[in-house]
Amino acid sequence: MLCNICNQNEATVHLTQMLEGEIKKMDMCESCAQKQGVDDPSGISLVDLLVGLGPSSTESQPKTKATPLTGMSNCPKCGYTQADLKKTGRLGCAECYATFDDGLEHMLRSMHKGVRHKGKTPKGFRNTRELEAKTKKLEKELEKAIKDERYEDAAIIRDSIKALAHAISEFETETATS
Amino acid sequence: MNLNDFLIPTQDICRRPGPFDRVVLTSRVRLARNLQELPFPGRANKQERQQLLQTVKPVIETMPVMKEGFSEEIAKLTDLDRQILVERHLISRELAKKTQGAAMVLSVDETFCVMINEEDHLRMQAILPGLQIKEAWKAIDKLDTMVETKLPIAFSSQFGYLTACPTNVGTGIRVSAMLHLPGLVIAEHMQQTITAVNKLGLAVRGLYGEGTEALGNVFQISNQMTLGESELEIIERLNKVVLQVIENEENARAKLLETKPEMLFNQIGRAYGILTNSHIISSKEAKNLLSLLRLGLDLGYFPDVDPAVVDELFIVTEPAHIQYEAKNKDGEALKKTPEERDIRRASLLRESLEKMPGPVMDASGSPKD
Ligand SMILES: [Zn+2]
Ligand SMILES: [Zn+2]
Repeated sequence: MLCNICNQNEATVHLTQMLEGEIKKMDMCESCAQKQGVDDPSGISLVDLLVGLGPSSTESQPKTKATPLTGMSNCPKCGYTQADLKKTGRLGCAECYATFDDGLEHMLRSMHKGVRHKGKTPKGFRNTRELEAKTKKLEKELEKAIKDERYEDAAIIRDSIKALAHAISEFETETATS
Repeated sequence: MNLNDFLIPTQDICRRPGPFDRVVLTSRVRLARNLQELPFPGRANKQERQQLLQTVKPVIETMPVMKEGFSEEIAKLTDLDRQILVERHLISRELAKKTQGAAMVLSVDETFCVMINEEDHLRMQAILPGLQIKEAWKAIDKLDTMVETKLPIAFSSQFGYLTACPTNVGTGIRVSAMLHLPGLVIAEHMQQTITAVNKLGLAVRGLYGEGTEALGNVFQISNQMTLGESELEIIERLNKVVLQVIENEENARAKLLETKPEMLFNQIGRAYGILTNSHIISSKEAKNLLSLLRLGLDLGYFPDVDPAVVDELFIVTEPAHIQYEAKNKDGEALKKTPEERDIRRASLLRESLEKMPGPVMDASGSPKD
């Protein structure tokens, strides 16, 4: 059995815990277990490991010290925070998936066969929502490129944004006429 | 509409045949879905949950398969009705506990049941008797596709269908089969079976009881992973595993008959003796003994007995069903204590099995002619 965290070494540390009435298991190699602070398996919360945030900070530590894995600390749509995610093991809304993206991928890897969806896709799903999200991200990069006076990069980013806008408008006219 | 006027009578529900129904009781496929715009039920406030309900319930009610179905808010059902639905495996314990915005829509043939505002906005399931996993998937896939044209479902090309719990994300599918495995349990091969099935990424749990305890030797095999694998891959694998477990169960029964017939006869005979003569019996004991009776029936030791009678007893000896029977038959509306229910359960079993002749078994390992 391979380590759930690095997926490379043989797992020798096995954690089992009851979480919300369900038995959750985690298998780790010696080194990953140590990195996660698993000296005493009973003293560690599996949610923390699954959520990929390491052991929870003790009460004496100031809350702001917890370093989130992603740049964003809460969901712009529902206000969910990393702490909420850690506490409940649940997400707050669809937007949370984009918000906690990086940390999630780590957690999903330990639970599922893969981290990319395979299977049914809603009919007519042409991810305009994703194109819009990508556009926003690129706009930020563009701003930064201009600030750093990387004009060549900026030109490339601008072209990508144009292409995205074109794809979005094409999709919108398509749905309007169909 | 009154729930109990709607539900299919237990004696009819137990007479619906299905492939491999000697071992497989039911097959079920459940899809978790959410709307893009509203927070998941656990995060939503009262108003948002109501809004979700108002948006979704009419859409589900107007689906062709839900024609003349039963649609109700959980808050408007009595505690007893909710428990009855849980005991019939139509709604989850979790939904039964929820009130704000929670609802259920059940089709008239009880094949389709949709839960609204459970952990996800929508939990849609198809349930069929026997081993019919693929058929259940086809049925629920069709309903889901129709629902998708009416509601903006949360989906991302990376993570698939977005769910409140990351363990369900992707396909949002939970495929399960309910199996009666007394042979494997008596032969003490169940632990091995569970380990082998777990290795294939599938979960095994007792249907009744907590943790590893499986009352009535009924087990549920289901997929755990929902992301990175297509629905069909998941279904194929589960179907293959279930077929293998059925074969193992049949082999275990045959082996027991060959090597320890007296032990088997003893257990079945004693089960019959207790069930037909007890005056106080717990739900737990009843289930374990009924399981042995069903095994005896499968092996042909109760000729001329309708197996549906035993299957029905599994359901009607559950606590809420006992309570319901007391209320309807004798007008006893007062909530019974567990001790009172144990007495009532015993008398129900005695009455139901009164005309059932004792087992006909001999050491040759086959039923007497
Ligand atoms: Zn490792
Ligand atoms: Zn959110």
